[in-house]
Formats: sequence, C-alpha cells, structure tokens
Amino acid sequence: MSIFVSTFYLFSLSVIAGGLMTVISRNPVHSVLWLILAFLSSAGLFVLLGAEFLAMLLIIVYVGAVAVLFLFVVMMLDVDFSTLKAEMAGYLPIALLIAVVLVMQLAMAFGLWSYADTAVGAREVLVNPEYHNTQALGLILYDRYFILFQLSGLILLVAMIGAIVLTLRHRKNVKRQNILSQIYRDPDKSLEILDVKPGQGL
Amino acid sequence: MIGIEHYLTTASILFVIGIFGLFLNRKNVIILLMSIELMLLAVNINLVAFSSYLGDLVGQVFTLFILTVAAAEAAIGLAIIVSFFRNRGTIAVEDVNVMKG
Repeated sequence: MSIFVSTFYLFSLSVIAGGLMTVISRNPVHSVLWLILAFLSSAGLFVLLGAEFLAMLLIIVYVGAVAVLFLFVVMMLDVDFSTLKAEMAGYLPIALLIAVVLVMQLAMAFGLWSYADTAVGAREVLVNPEYHNTQALGLILYDRYFILFQLSGLILLVAMIGAIVLTLRHRKNVKRQNILSQIYRDPDKSLEILDVKPGQGL
Repeated sequence: MIGIEHYLTTASILFVIGIFGLFLNRKNVIILLMSIELMLLAVNINLVAFSSYLGDLVGQVFTLFILTVAAAEAAIGLAIIVSFFRNRGTIAVEDVNVMKG
C-alpha cells in the first residue's frame, strides 16, 4: 500500500469518525471538537485531491471561525444539556432506520454509474498545469465568476448585519456616553463664576 | 492514484451521518446546525473529487461559494439561537411554538 493510499484511508477514517462522534457525543463541547477533527481531516483529503487553496480555506474559515463560533455559543448558553441528551435514545430507532434506508439507496448506485459521453466535453475550465491551484482559482474567480464572487460578499455582509441586529440588546438603566451632547456642550452655560465672600459660604 | 469511488463513498457516509444526526438530536439545535455543516462538507468533498478527477476547476469555485454560504448560515443560525435562548431560556426544538406553525 503506497503512502498516498494509506494517507487517504487515514484522513477518510478520521473524517467519518469525527462526524459520527460529533453526532453521538453527549457533551456539546466535545461535539464541536470532533467537528474540528472532521474539518481538519477533510482539509487533508482536499490536499490529496490537489485543491490546496480550498484545504487552507477550510481550515481558516471552518476551524478558525465557524467552529470557534459554535464553541463560543455552546459555552455561553447556560443550557442543561443532560436533559436534552436524555431523550436521545428514544429517537435512535427512527434515526437508524432512516440512515440504513439512505445507505441502501446510495449503495444501489455504487459501481453502476459512469460518466456521460458528453461529460468530458462539457468541462468549463480545464486545469492548466502552468498555474498552481491558487493562481488558477484566482484567474477564473475574478474573471468568469466575478458577479457570483461579489454576490457572495454581499451574502456575508447581510449575514453580518443580520447577526448583529439579532443579538444586539439595548439595556435600560445603563449609563451611556452621549457624544453629541458632549460636543454641543456650551462652556458659557456650564461654567459659572461666583464671588465668594470670606466666612459666608455659598 | 486512488479511484474516485473511494472519495464518493467517504462523502456519502458523511452525508448519511449528517442526516442520522438530524434525527438523533431532535432537541438540541446546536448539534442540528453541526449536522447541517457535516452534510455540506460531504457535498464539498464530492464537488472537489469530481473537479479533481475530471480536471475541471468549476467544482472548486462552487465549493468556495458553498463555504461562504455555510459560514453565513452558521452565523445567522447561532445568532437566532442566542436571541431565542435570551427570550425563552431554552433551545429545545419542541419549545419553538410561538407562532403555532
């Protein structure tokens, strides 16, 4: 078994183990950590497939942002997860049934499919061995798929505004700084010069 | 090189695990979101595998867009969970019945 094949099996098994443990783990913090393992090993699979840029993007975006966001929310919410997990056994039979049916349906296609005759001719952007992966992706991303690229930026902007609007909370009875009133404050009205006589006080 | 069927089998097992998790964790919305992420990851593996074996870069471009949308979806979903937990004190799916839908 060559090192390529054994590396593939290592990453593939750890993707599947990470996914399974994410789903069945009792502690949601452990779930997030298993999810990180699944993402890291699928980044390894992407490297094996020659998609280095996507592998690094998966690590940066998923492990660096999404998984940390999950971890943050899991730790911030004070939920009693043991009661949530207690009823997991009740859903196990139906979940197993659906999973087995789905596996059987997917297995029916195993080994029986083939590429269409027009598949090779329908390729849009051929991989050019002159460029490495990141360069080639950048060349078509900023050229052919520029509108989609801008739209995905818009999606991220909307998601950011939406998340802020959903979670922003104005608390009453908290003193805040009012910058405008500070700027418009008039020294003539706020300052008063008094002539204090000795021994009298104000 | 290893055959493309190996990658497809891995991706389909991961997809089935995601659906299994959706039905297993009916109470906990956070794990439901993680299951959705697993299913999107399976689709990404499929797209990159076909992109690599056919020599077509478009699959990787689409994986890029799926990554973007998945990140936005996770952010919005977690924001909804946080604001729902503030109002109701729970994240169980059965208790999401304000609109009687």
